[in-house]
Amino acid sequence: MIQQLSVFLENSAGHLGELTRALGDASINMHALMVADTEEFGVARIIADEPHRAKEVLSAIGFSATLTPVTAVEVPNRPGGLADVLESLGNAGINIEYAYCFVEPRGECAIDVFKIDNDTAEQVLQDSGYRVLVPEDLYSPDAG
Amino acid sequence: MYQPELESMPRHELEALQLTRLKELLATVYERVPLYRKKFDSAGFNPMSLTSLADLRNVPFTVKDDMRSAYPFGMFAAPLRDIVRVHSSSGTTGQITVVGYTKGDIDRWADLMARTYVSAGATADDIVQVTYGYGLFTGGLGAHYGSERLGALTVPVSGGNTKRQVQILRDFGVTVLACTPSYAILIGETAKEMGVDPKELPLRVGVFGAEPWSENMRRQIEELLGITAIDIYGLSEVMGPGVAAECVHQHGLHVFEDHFLIEIIDSETLEAVPDGTYGEVVFTTLTKEGIPVIRYRTRDISRIIPEPCVCGRTFRRMERITGRTDDMLIIRGVNVFPSQIEQVLAGVPGVAPHFQVVLTKKGALDNVEVQVEVAADFAFDEVRELERLQRRVKGEIESALAVSVAVRLVEPKSIARSEGKAKRVVDLRDQQGGA
Repeated sequence: MIQQLSVFLENSAGHLGELTRALGDASINMHALMVADTEEFGVARIIADEPHRAKEVLSAIGFSATLTPVTAVEVPNRPGGLADVLESLGNAGINIEYAYCFVEPRGECAIDVFKIDNDTAEQVLQDSGYRVLVPEDLYSPDAG
Repeated sequence: MYQPELESMPRHELEALQLTRLKELLATVYERVPLYRKKFDSAGFNPMSLTSLADLRNVPFTVKDDMRSAYPFGMFAAPLRDIVRVHSSSGTTGQITVVGYTKGDIDRWADLMARTYVSAGATADDIVQVTYGYGLFTGGLGAHYGSERLGALTVPVSGGNTKRQVQILRDFGVTVLACTPSYAILIGETAKEMGVDPKELPLRVGVFGAEPWSENMRRQIEELLGITAIDIYGLSEVMGPGVAAECVHQHGLHVFEDHFLIEIIDSETLEAVPDGTYGEVVFTTLTKEGIPVIRYRTRDISRIIPEPCVCGRTFRRMERITGRTDDMLIIRGVNVFPSQIEQVLAGVPGVAPHFQVVLTKKGALDNVEVQVEVAADFAFDEVRELERLQRRVKGEIESALAVSVAVRLVEPKSIARSEGKAKRVVDLRDQQGGA
């Protein structure tokens, strides 16, 4: 599965900047960033190289950072692409905690990331003809 | 004055009376209260050896923990059949402290509260609305008995239901209001919302206590309600309200020294400080039978105002309470220790026991925000998990403190620390021109 870096953020000025600067200074490249927020705080979800090291870098300067296993699939970059994936999961009765998408620079495929608390999800996606991505497809993995 | 022969007694007579009473008291507690006997013995203090008020410095102190460990009745100096009432402290530190009163205690307390009203400018012709809580808290019944003793018409409303308070204030033609200063503001503001101008009412005097307040707040209350606002002082361990009260000159609280000995000490060296110097207030009761206290350390900080008062009372004055030697907070009249919050947080996974309490005023009332650091190793990735955490922390703090709070989750290590220790309390209530 993909290791997503999840970081707690106070909703105040400069915090996301501080986070991304720290990763930059440690020469860790980010591939995707999504922030879910409320009025008071947020969670930054990041796909980055060397996620274990990234977590250590952030923890060391006082961020509350954790690694979350998520599922990523490659989806044709065309209208309805995501809807098809969701339909496959929905038909199998699988609930999605959250999802976000990004497009690889090549632009042929979109990457859909799902947080799913269901062990059969990856199998269902494969059976529906989707390529479930391994870490190497997205980032340079490191050992935890 | 309610008891002019006592309240304006020449100092040398007063001191002679104090010494006689103190000697008797020490002999009594040594004989009847095991805790005092043990304390005196281990300090090598013989109660018979005291020959002057200055010798008081040789007597061991009593602290809140002594009273806690004696829970419930261990420090009573009178047999239970002679105790006719108990009250308890408003403390929420887990163990309440219980104080007992004999018939004589209740009788003297009523006199002292009657003195308090008269000192504030009230008479038997007044109508007194008692808005302090009735119950284990000493405020309600203490204010009630004193008002009746004075012969005033006493309206025992107790706390809460602010609109009804305003209605009664207006309909009964109430002239004296007894409550906490912050509640007085709420009553005034509620009256305005109801279309009642509090300044037009017959209300003329406020007898306010049970929480620290400032000169700013006094002016605010006097302006809002069109009254004279008088500061009164007391604590359940010593008796309840009626230990000290301002006179109409509003410059310091006369300590009712025929019944209570006041000392101001340096809380580090435990030595008395000269009059006029700030320190911890220490009280010895001189006439209490149910639960006398000897050199009880209140943790309140004040100083003696040594100059005689123009009102003619010979009792020395203490300045309004300016702070605490410990970190106790008084929030909406409830005693709160930051350590209680720390204990709660230690039991909640996902947060660090690092927090900061930010106190502000929302209108008249205290507003409490507790900022809590999320644990550095807390595994989460969903906003709703954080919201769940926030709700849990809020719920647990509220049930521990009996005060409603807002909780804000903040990043690990984001709360400023000095010398490794976080600053636990930021009290902005004063800066806002409030309490």
